[in-house]
Amino acid sequence: MAMSADFPGLLIYWVVIVLMMIGFYIVISQNNMVKKIVGLNVFQVSVFLLYITMGKVKGGTAPILADGFEVYSNPLPHVLILTAIVVGVATTSLGLALVVRIKDSYKTIEDDEIQALEDDT
Amino acid sequence: MIDQNLPILQIIIPMIAAPLCMFLRHHLWSWLLALVISWICLFISIALLMQVLEQGVIVYKLGGWAAPVGIEYRIDTLNGFVLVIVAAIGAVVMPYAKVTVDKEVPRDRAYLFYAMMLLCLTGLLGITITGDAFNLFVFLEISSLSSYVLISMGRDPRGLTAAYRYLVLGTLGATFYIIGVGLMYMMTGSLNIADLATLIPAVADTRTIQAALAFLTVGLCLKLALFPLHMWLPNAYAYAPSAVSVFLASTATKVSVYALIRVVFTIFAGVNVLEIISVRDLLMGLAIAGMFAGSAVAIYQSNIKRMLAYSSVAQLGYMILGVSMANVSGVSAGIVHLFNHAVTKGGLFMAMGCIMYVIGSVKLEDMAGLGKRMPVTMAAFLAGGFSLIGVPLTVGFISKWYLIQGALEEGWWPVAVLIVLSSLLAVVYVWRVVEVAYFQDPPEGKEAVTEAPISMIIPMLVLIGASYYYGIDSTTTMDVARQAAEVLIGDVK
Repeated sequence: MAMSADFPGLLIYWVVIVLMMIGFYIVISQNNMVKKIVGLNVFQVSVFLLYITMGKVKGGTAPILADGFEVYSNPLPHVLILTAIVVGVATTSLGLALVVRIKDSYKTIEDDEIQALEDDT
Repeated sequence: MIDQNLPILQIIIPMIAAPLCMFLRHHLWSWLLALVISWICLFISIALLMQVLEQGVIVYKLGGWAAPVGIEYRIDTLNGFVLVIVAAIGAVVMPYAKVTVDKEVPRDRAYLFYAMMLLCLTGLLGITITGDAFNLFVFLEISSLSSYVLISMGRDPRGLTAAYRYLVLGTLGATFYIIGVGLMYMMTGSLNIADLATLIPAVADTRTIQAALAFLTVGLCLKLALFPLHMWLPNAYAYAPSAVSVFLASTATKVSVYALIRVVFTIFAGVNVLEIISVRDLLMGLAIAGMFAGSAVAIYQSNIKRMLAYSSVAQLGYMILGVSMANVSGVSAGIVHLFNHAVTKGGLFMAMGCIMYVIGSVKLEDMAGLGKRMPVTMAAFLAGGFSLIGVPLTVGFISKWYLIQGALEEGWWPVAVLIVLSSLLAVVYVWRVVEVAYFQDPPEGKEAVTEAPISMIIPMLVLIGASYYYGIDSTTTMDVARQAAEVLIGDVK
């Protein structure tokens, strides 16, 4: 089957939206604090994809100066998202560090059990 | 030389001082450094505001790269004013922090506490000063990450879960914000706020830009804890160490309100954003709902820090209500309330910090008879409570006066009535504390307590004093707020 000329079209944006909703759903629905952090990561990764996709120029190569190439992808969104990836790593590690200390204090990482313990005091 | 580089010094000085605090590894030296730096920041911010009021907008190009290629810091009356609010609260909190941190934070971690305070200050000042939408996100995350750490640093394990929940919701909010920025970049190819303002009108009718607006608004409303997105706020403020409660309650949400004002009135200046997709109705409705819901829940709290936190949700409603009116009186009321609420709530949380320091609890039932045993602290609490209610001569009155004026200018008299009614709820929750502290006898068999150390009392009196000083003579703050509002409204077509 021949690929259509404008492949992939908006396909990647659909992937972004699906990933984003999966991540968001995990954050809301999961009770386990580590799983919530995983959901948060999926959510953030979808945004990384969004930025990387928008920087792509049709027929463009990687943005490195070389003979014989005229069209380059836009490097700026890639640079921006490097910053956001660093922020994501920091958030994940801080979140997990908090979960470790919550586990030490409450002996559980289930949100509803902790809620019940807190309501008692 | 120095006065040309003030904008960058405002950010770079606390940013470099934060790792220095880590290297000092000593609770006393780190505190001294943080204290000195916070005061330097205050002087810089005042110098910047003076410069703006005299000469107009200051534009500082980072590394000499002109916008929109480079990042620029752009200071006008509005963010000059917000810079002074943030830096002033930072400068007042630092001397206060010493004794509370010694008591509430383990000693071997105290130097980390001051490093985080400085980073948080850097982030908040950065959000305010920057003229670049993506740079704003970076500073937003610097301030958020450091505030998650600060909230979790106390001895109360509930601070940990509060920090965790704030981390989840705060990250969602900030990520929504960058989705919005990304969508704007797709349509305009620019990240500079002033540049975006000129490029947006041409593409304003596209669904991408409208989606961007939705993401930006929801993301920032999460960060500023607009009802019903406030779920992270009460526990975060209630279980954080005292100095952190004071600092965050007075600055963090205010800076997010500022960012929302920037989005609505500067980036989307060319399109009347409050009219399209009924953003105005939404913000105004939620603001009014927050005014009532926040105050109503505050009435039922037995932890008084938590009560003050719910009252903050209500007070944020007043700010957003002012912003959503989009006339000069309303917006200037919203802006001046940033300052007014910062000094009032800062002073009230400081009073709670003093009580926590002396009796080790901020529960209502433990405060019986405190009016006699800690007269200065309770008097300060009462005075701050008056300002929350909006009694004349306090700053709370000034804000509400201009808010009501803004509502009446548009002919929305029901809104004006609702503002007055919601103030009555504040009477109820302040009265509960007064009743217990002044009209109940202290419990038998407990040793007598005295006032908190002088280094806590003075900052508290400074903030409470400010909420009367600027309530009796509001010309300084009101002039600045009105000038900022006129510029914002003037931009909107």
